[in-house]
Amino acid sequence: MRRWLISAFLCLISGWSLAQTARPVAEDPVLEARMMALATELRCLVCQNQTIADSHAELAIDLRQQIRDQLRQGRDETQIRAFMTDRYGDFVLYRPPVSERTALLWFGPGMLLVLGLASLIFILRRRSRLGAEAFDPDEADDPARTP
Amino acid sequence: MKRVLIPLVLFIALAVFLALGLKLDPREVPSPLIGKPAPDFKTETLADPSRVIQRDDLRGKVWILNVWASWCGACRDEHPLLVDFARGRSLTLIGLNYKDERSAGDAWLARFGNPYTDSLFDPQGRIGLDYGVYGVPETFVIDRQGVVRYKHIGALTPEALKTKVEPLLAQLSK
Repeated sequence: MRRWLISAFLCLISGWSLAQTARPVAEDPVLEARMMALATELRCLVCQNQTIADSHAELAIDLRQQIRDQLRQGRDETQIRAFMTDRYGDFVLYRPPVSERTALLWFGPGMLLVLGLASLIFILRRRSRLGAEAFDPDEADDPARTP
Repeated sequence: MKRVLIPLVLFIALAVFLALGLKLDPREVPSPLIGKPAPDFKTETLADPSRVIQRDDLRGKVWILNVWASWCGACRDEHPLLVDFARGRSLTLIGLNYKDERSAGDAWLARFGNPYTDSLFDPQGRIGLDYGVYGVPETFVIDRQGVVRYKHIGALTPEALKTKVEPLLAQLSK
């Protein structure tokens, strides 16, 4: 009987704690979702490898609030992004605009890939044209190691 | 010969890039404000809640804006430099007391000396936000037309004052 009471009590308690964590985080979940979507594209300047959405730095908290306020005032994502770049530069954007200055950033990796593939093809072709005598013969497998 | 030369050249190129990368300070984000008008503000001073300063009051002067707070350790390191720099110079050095409490800010200045012509009181960090402040201390040099000419992030160093701020002030004050 006592066990029953204790477990019933624990069940009650656990339900209560669940209700606590399940409380809504924001009055306006839609606005919060829009804010977070935008915040994940913006770099936190204090801890530069985190987004404003991830960071717990005070600046990030302020900027999240700033985004929230501005969304509430009816400004859209493009306007808020412009607000951020006016203050912190393109550096805050995790997806910087394509421009002369960022061309290397955007196209560099692709160029390196093309360069790498081209040299691979070049080398393979050259080798396929060589006769068999240009290569060392395959070494025989070590007889002691074959089962 | 070619076998050695190509990888060697590639290696040297890579090493040069990496060495350059090591020298760059990722905290030195170029400010988009340079060459643009200083953002507007209008706020009370730290010392006197009834005295209001706005940006255009400073028009016609070359001035320095130094962002500081009593809670900021690096500001304390920087402070003696500023006190020294402002001494014996007719300098318009405006402090921006960033996200601080009035009493704490006042006490801090009383303790470490006050080089500022005035300190703007910005408890919520609104002005700081408009100036793109993200690491206190920060220092801006603003010209007579109200255009931001220079920004220094982090504590000023004697070198930065001597090689950057001083020549710029001299040039702008001509």
